Amino acid sequence: MTATASQERTESTGPSPPSRRGDRVFSGTVRTAGLTILLALVAVFVFLAIEGWAGLTSDAATYAPFSSFGSYIVPLMVSTLLASAIALVVAVPFAIAVALFISHYAPRRLAAALGYVIDLLAAVPSVVFGLWGGRYLAAYLQPAHVWLHDHLGILPILGDPSPNGRSLFTAGIVLAIMIMPIMTAISREVFLQTPLLHEEAALALGATRWEMIRYAVFPYSRSGMLAGIMLGLGRALGETMAVAMVLATTPTTTLNVIATASPPTIAANIALNYKEATPERQSLLIATGLVLFVVTFLVNFAARWVAGRSTRRMAR
Amino acid sequence: MTAGTMNISHPRLPQWAPALVGVMALAVAGLPALLAGWSPVTWLIAGTTVFLVAMPSWSRVVEGRRAAVDRLVTALIWTAFAVAVSPLVWLLYVVVRSGLPAVNADFLSYSMLNVIGDEQGGIFHALIGTLLITLAAALISVPIGILTGVYLVEYGKQSRTARIITFLVDVMTGIPSIVAGLFALALLVLLFGTAFRAGIGGSIALSLLMIPTVVRSSEEMMRLVPDDLREASYALGVPKWRTITRVVLPTSLAGIVTGVVLAISRVIGETAPLLVVAGATDGVNTNLFDGRMTTLPVFIFSQYASSTPVGYQRAWGGALVLIALVMVLNLVARIIGRVFAPAKAH
Amino acid sequence: MNRSFLRRIAIPAVAVLTMGLALTGCGDKNNTSSAASGGGGGGTLNGGGSTAQAVAQQTWRANYQKQNGGTINYEEVGSGTGVENFISQAYQFAGSDAYLAADQLSQAKDACGGDPIEVPAYVSPIAVAFNLHGITSLDLDAKTIADIFAGKVTKWNDAAITSQNPDADLPSTSIATVHRSDDSGTTFNFTDYLSQASEGAWSDEASVTWPSGIEGGQGLDGTSGVIGGLTDTEGSIGYADDSAVKSTDLGVASIKVGGDYNPPTPEGAAKVLALSPLESGRSSSDMAIKVDRSSTEKGTYPLLLVSYLIACGNYSDSSVADMVKAYLTYVVSGDGQRAAAQAAGSAPLDSKLSEKATQIVSKISSGS
Repeated sequence: MTATASQERTESTGPSPPSRRGDRVFSGTVRTAGLTILLALVAVFVFLAIEGWAGLTSDAATYAPFSSFGSYIVPLMVSTLLASAIALVVAVPFAIAVALFISHYAPRRLAAALGYVIDLLAAVPSVVFGLWGGRYLAAYLQPAHVWLHDHLGILPILGDPSPNGRSLFTAGIVLAIMIMPIMTAISREVFLQTPLLHEEAALALGATRWEMIRYAVFPYSRSGMLAGIMLGLGRALGETMAVAMVLATTPTTTLNVIATASPPTIAANIALNYKEATPERQSLLIATGLVLFVVTFLVNFAARWVAGRSTRRMAR
Repeated sequence: MTAGTMNISHPRLPQWAPALVGVMALAVAGLPALLAGWSPVTWLIAGTTVFLVAMPSWSRVVEGRRAAVDRLVTALIWTAFAVAVSPLVWLLYVVVRSGLPAVNADFLSYSMLNVIGDEQGGIFHALIGTLLITLAAALISVPIGILTGVYLVEYGKQSRTARIITFLVDVMTGIPSIVAGLFALALLVLLFGTAFRAGIGGSIALSLLMIPTVVRSSEEMMRLVPDDLREASYALGVPKWRTITRVVLPTSLAGIVTGVVLAISRVIGETAPLLVVAGATDGVNTNLFDGRMTTLPVFIFSQYASSTPVGYQRAWGGALVLIALVMVLNLVARIIGRVFAPAKAH
Repeated sequence: MNRSFLRRIAIPAVAVLTMGLALTGCGDKNNTSSAASGGGGGGTLNGGGSTAQAVAQQTWRANYQKQNGGTINYEEVGSGTGVENFISQAYQFAGSDAYLAADQLSQAKDACGGDPIEVPAYVSPIAVAFNLHGITSLDLDAKTIADIFAGKVTKWNDAAITSQNPDADLPSTSIATVHRSDDSGTTFNFTDYLSQASEGAWSDEASVTWPSGIEGGQGLDGTSGVIGGLTDTEGSIGYADDSAVKSTDLGVASIKVGGDYNPPTPEGAAKVLALSPLESGRSSSDMAIKVDRSSTEKGTYPLLLVSYLIACGNYSDSSVADMVKAYLTYVVSGDGQRAAAQAAGSAPLDSKLSEKATQIVSKISSGS
């Protein structure tokens, strides 16, 4: 009975009413937007591949001081991954904690103002982070380098300390400060959207505030938090200026994150060397950019797989 | 109903307990601080550690395990906020102290045209450049970003294309800013020849960097809009596109605005791509499609690189103005979000 | 709802637009006068390259534009990119810390349709600066400097240093060396000096990239990065443009020339240049100079950076040709060189070099 009724309703609406047209136009626009982004990304990939191809197979002189593309990229890759790992490990707990603070712990009247204060960190340009990080933060953290070496020096990542703190460790911390606002802002917005009903239900059942957050807020916000973390990770992998200005560089690979000098990250290396580069070397630098692209791809893939596993586990 | 449940007849610590423990922790840490000559920061860190141990322990004894965990987390979160805010405060202090001497009415209204050495130079040309280039970048990326977010949430729900786009957008975040600049340059060279340098190239590079943030934040915010709102709208006979523009978008507006503001804050401070494709010039240029434009970050960078005392000062002054500019933008965006967002149902 | 919605959007939008238009219509306050006169004066010239020339270029352009109007842009993109953009004709002239290499020469020849012109425009001494509490000057010979930067001399109170500085109170701390992490003309000139003058202690060739086989040094970004690193690290030593070092408290080394130790001076640098021969096998419009860094002449300072201006000998557009000719003539003239020396601390070209450069520049032609 209802089926025929609804059938009648749809059939009786006549030829192309405005709302149908509106729907078609709108969905067409929206799809175009999505495809534009896809196109832009493919274009970037094609650009990197075309410009960088020569860099993968040049003669040995281009890779000086190394002898092949592989040996050229390894130190850069190690530095990139180490710096991003430090940045994530430091930034993620803080980002989530600060987001929770603004959404659930801070006095309500101050919450908006405090959120604004944290967003100010996103307002600072990367040049300024480079200037401040290299001169002020590095000098401040230098005693921490010495302390780490003295107390935990058996670990290979904590070898001889730097005399002025311009190490991967400091660069990682600067990166952490830079990516924290993004993660905090998105997590905060997502936490604020948790249905009040769920929160009140948890509290009514006798949960403490922390338990309420664990059981009502986090499951609801998992996807949003992950989105924020992915954005932060991407930024950390691709940050150019701040790392170039903070890190003291040397070509030799080292796992020591508090070393006097480390190889630059891939992005910083491009920025440092592009200006004076010959066309072959420019191709080489773009080829490293291509590798970074692929690495970001793989890291995102892995992160999504890990996150997807926990969602699948929860759904069971 | 036995052990492990929150027994409401358990004693609770008094309201002033955290304050008391806090003062005592500082005092306890103060003793070795005085004896060993610690700096105030070390004293604070030691005091916080003592607090983080003492408070939950006391709570555990009086209130029970679950309450103790709750107090520990609360203390950790307050500490985290304080730690997160301190580099910001320090950095702002450095920028203000170094940059304020340089900023005056002339600094804001003069450009660097025909300025020699220590003569009064200014950032007027850089301000115009930053505003125009960033505005154009926002005009390109905000519509595309929000519409893509709409597509991902409303039209592509679990489709393959949608998941691929989300994944690729995340990968896009990892593009180094200089690569975005080189790409924009290559695009313009392809279209207009090797000599073409213009502000619009900078906008293209910046929009490449902005789009992921706008897309992901819009997507997440729209995803959180409860389905019953949408279904109520459909039930009233509202077509899909109207539902999206009148119900979904306004409901998620606050979050979308946050995402847009974040994206703008990030790109307004980018140096490398703009140096490559928008170039630099001393005077004012208001045409995005013709001629080089200087932006504030490029100005800051090149003034600092000149390694002269006046260069350092102009650089810090420019940094201060840039941060102030973004602060104002943030504020305006928040007000817009507050004004246009519909009243909450609670 | 619609009307109020429109009002809420329309009013702020209109306000923002009018503000924006007012701002752009304003114009920069320090140029309202020259906007009237300079607008008709000339066209736009685009150039760029060496960052070492940046401060000098700022002075030259400002003076030229005040006199003749027009707009000259100089982008500090680095010598490599500058030359590349010159070859691709994005720039009409380029500044480069190294004279054109053979392959660049042939590409430039194709791009210009004839031999390009190359004239030295900016000469600046490079200082070996260090951060030691209470010590403002040290005497070092090239061999010791090479050993320090190669990592062979690791402590400040090493015999090699104390033997040349018996009166200095040198600590036993380790030496932290600082070099450029970005490819740079300063590094090129520094390594060129070390390879020529250190009697074999420096085994690497001159290059814009710091040699890789050396362990232990810190690479920092740009002159400002090196200066920052030196200022922050006690016991560090590095090399940077003297004009940047002069305004700091860093100590400066006097290098051994013949029997004396000479501190960095513009005059000393200019003298070395005057005594150096031109590179052989180049065209007559190419003043590439083979700097003789092992000179033992009195009063010279062989650790210097010489930066060139590169332009075409012939432009198809006559207004471009005229503007390039006029600008370059000013740059290499006595006035231009003195103005740069005052603003940037460079060494003015001596009269012979200046004359030869002026002669070459005067031959820039148009058409054909």
